Amino acid sequence: MTAQEPATPQETVERALSFAKPGGECVVIADESSTANLRWAGNTLTTNGVASTRSLTVIAVDRRADGTAGVGVVSRSGLRPDQVEDVVREAEKAAAQSSPAEDAEALVSAGASDVMDEWGEAPGKTEIGVFRDFATDLGETLRAAEGAGRKLYGFAEHGVTSTFLGTSAGVRRRYDQPAGRLELNAKSGDLSRSAWAGAATRDFTDVDVAALDASLTERLSWQERRVELPAGRYETILPPTATSDLMIYLYWSAGARDAHEGRTVFARPGGGTRVGERLSQLPVSLFSDPDYPGLQCAPFTIAHASGRDSSVFDNGLASPRASWITDGALTALYSSRYSAGLAGLPVAPEIDNLIMSGGPDATASLESMIASTSRGLLLTCLWYIREVDPQTLLLTGLTRDGVYLVENGEVTGAVNNFRFNESPVGLLSRLAEVGAAEQTLPREWGDYFTRAAMPPVRVDGFNMSSVSQAS
Amino acid sequence: MDDHNGRIDAEFAGLPLRNLADAALDAAKSGGASHADFRIERIRGQQVSLGDGKLQSLSDADDSGLAVRVIVDGTWGFASAVDLTPEAARDAAREAVEVAKVAAAMNTERIDLAPEPAHGDVTWVSAYEIDPFAVSPKEKADLLSAWSTGLLAHPVVSHVDASLLQVKECKFYTDGATTATQQRVRLHPEITAIAVTDSGFDDMRTLAPPVGRGWEYLTGTAWDFPAELSQLPELLAEKLKAPSIEAGRYDLVIDPSNLWLTIHESIGHATELDRALGYEAAYAGTSFATIDKLNKLQYGSPVMHITGDRTAEHGLSTVGYDDEGVAGQSWDLISGGVLVGYQLDRRMALLQGFGRSNGCAFADSPGHMPLQRMANVSLRPADGGPDTAGLLAGVEDGIYILGDKSWSIDMQRYNFQFTGQRFFRIRNGKLAGQVKDVAYQATTTDFWNSMEAVGGPQTYVLGGAFNCGKGQPGQVAPVSHGAPAALFRQVRILNTAEEGQ
Repeated sequence: MTAQEPATPQETVERALSFAKPGGECVVIADESSTANLRWAGNTLTTNGVASTRSLTVIAVDRRADGTAGVGVVSRSGLRPDQVEDVVREAEKAAAQSSPAEDAEALVSAGASDVMDEWGEAPGKTEIGVFRDFATDLGETLRAAEGAGRKLYGFAEHGVTSTFLGTSAGVRRRYDQPAGRLELNAKSGDLSRSAWAGAATRDFTDVDVAALDASLTERLSWQERRVELPAGRYETILPPTATSDLMIYLYWSAGARDAHEGRTVFARPGGGTRVGERLSQLPVSLFSDPDYPGLQCAPFTIAHASGRDSSVFDNGLASPRASWITDGALTALYSSRYSAGLAGLPVAPEIDNLIMSGGPDATASLESMIASTSRGLLLTCLWYIREVDPQTLLLTGLTRDGVYLVENGEVTGAVNNFRFNESPVGLLSRLAEVGAAEQTLPREWGDYFTRAAMPPVRVDGFNMSSVSQAS
Repeated sequence: MDDHNGRIDAEFAGLPLRNLADAALDAAKSGGASHADFRIERIRGQQVSLGDGKLQSLSDADDSGLAVRVIVDGTWGFASAVDLTPEAARDAAREAVEVAKVAAAMNTERIDLAPEPAHGDVTWVSAYEIDPFAVSPKEKADLLSAWSTGLLAHPVVSHVDASLLQVKECKFYTDGATTATQQRVRLHPEITAIAVTDSGFDDMRTLAPPVGRGWEYLTGTAWDFPAELSQLPELLAEKLKAPSIEAGRYDLVIDPSNLWLTIHESIGHATELDRALGYEAAYAGTSFATIDKLNKLQYGSPVMHITGDRTAEHGLSTVGYDDEGVAGQSWDLISGGVLVGYQLDRRMALLQGFGRSNGCAFADSPGHMPLQRMANVSLRPADGGPDTAGLLAGVEDGIYILGDKSWSIDMQRYNFQFTGQRFFRIRNGKLAGQVKDVAYQATTTDFWNSMEAVGGPQTYVLGGAFNCGKGQPGQVAPVSHGAPAALFRQVRILNTAEEGQ
């Protein structure tokens, strides 16, 4: 290795820690990521690319005689080995000058499992070749669509991020996070009908683009009969992707600190939080589990900066399975050690996946829920979801790419799109049925959150606030 | 070396920019590329956030690397790398060629680019006085802390969130004909006061927009923060006691601090040609303003004049040259209420017969391929037009809306819903106290055709955002929108408390 050649991330972590001032506390995170993507529209490729990044984050802690601590956080990308010391010095200088950090704690100490066997292995990597078979299949599917008078639009992306965490307290942990997704949107030749399907994948070996296209062709055929319906409250079946987009927003809003301060839907008016309160009469559970099959994610905290409920001091802290809602009752709010202390709640680090379950009796499929519907709406997905009122967690957004009228157990036509105004918390109290959870790709939040398993759900009186002319 | 060269970040200017470019462009041409362009970027960001006057987070990060974009046999190929070495530049060019070859299996539409004059070797720096990265983080945290402490002294204020985002973007671009070295600086300060009572909570945020300025923005240039902060607690106290709005139709006077976002969503995105052509159909969406409606669609009332520009001083989308080497320009999008233009990049400009691109290509990082991104899209004030009081005087029974908050619009830009920071009842031409729980909901063309009057230049403010999202993989872009205050007739108002029941 010369000063000009990139070092391995493990070498970079050790090098940065070695430069920390004697007796100083330091957290070092080295990230290596690579991504490849393909995008197409109107049956032809539009953009594509491969990218790789490498970054180093140094978190220096300046302990002071009065018991406070200053923190300096500096992240730099593409460093050469001879530049690592500069970053450490920059972080130490920032720490020395910094106002006291409110979340100062002792660094997480190294446990028996915190020096991992796989620490020394090379970081994960992806390349454009991950799409070699898929691209051929997609090319054939695009040509078939062109021949059949349909237009296909979509995106395929695969990435791997390897994170190496080392601390002056002895922690050495790594995590390799693969993530992939395929989104496919089919439209009729005149663009008046539109259907969408998505899939999350870890390696693209389990993606069948032709099958996905076939399912969209069926959906487009459902849209040949159009039914105009007015705004109003409807019995509505949300498929797993729509359920996920609402529940992910609920999860993001379930931080301990803001609830404790009286600033979220999970605050109890007059003080305290709503932990323990029943939110649904059905035995629904919402949980996160780093070991959930197919949705695996980091089982320890990786914090590049502190936030309301995250803390750089918690780097390396174990994040075991957490149940946010259990049998219909709110049971936990996510937190750092610091915010858990403020709220008087157990520490529950945020975890990068989300699963909803309706309990052992929730076995219905989307198809069987359609079959048992006398009259209601079936959605495809939700779009442009934004918070309207944090007090109730009222969200607004749109239906997209297919709203269907179900009558007497069958889809009888396609309905216009709607703008909805609904709260995922309020919605839990109006759940009429919860089906079997399955892995799904959140349509709205898939840029940030791809690991979800959700059930289809039936909601009474879903609030369709107005009609959207979008088709 | 001119003044601009002197202000380019010394570390960035000291990189072997041209050597790496030569390595990449030579390798691309050797690989069979008919077009190749090359970027080196360093985007430095610093975020300071405080909770109740205490430092919550202070982090400093950068994103640097190089990017090569090629056209091989009519197909795009793109690759980027993080190491700034000739070897990495060469490898990225070869990888971009390889990507183009893999992607050719899916390409049925040949890529060609509209011509752009060669601009030679040029340098451009945005308009700012003090580099925010030259100011110590402690000085920034201390200022935000003092402002927070001042607000917390008021009995109605339970909590204060304060944050400051700062970005310095250094970009080198060359396609052989134009070589542009550019630097932009931008700031986004936000202060929010929160009141928690036994019956619930509410908040109010500053209206100060994000700007293409330096640290001087927080110390007295272009915005009076102490004056705005001194009013915030009383405004919040009044909001807590304000009556809930009765849903219905109202005349609205909308302040530029709110209207910029409505312009962004219902005009800015709707006049992006890539959306109108369907390139974003699976993600960000398309546009009702399709190209067959050019020069025909009555988008809004005759008082509506919308410009696109990448030239406005302190604009967040302002550049000297875009990420395809096209010089920054200003042009009409809507004139007298009629759709007359689109935002373009070089490929679409040629494809649709516009001749020359108007310079809207942008990539948010070296790891991403440029897309058509939004120019500063702005509503022109009326020469000699009324001030806000003059607009209010024309309303018998209505609502005056300030500040942005919640926003949402459908995938063809028809149906939108917005809330705000502050809502005042207007009765007989005068403000008559705050109301709350207000959202306005409309269809784009109905809304803009209901615009009866726009204010004069004295009401004009450049609003904007750092984080406009588009594209897959997702990219964010900073953009400004100028607007005067404006008067709209009979817009649908929802009561958000009732909507949530």
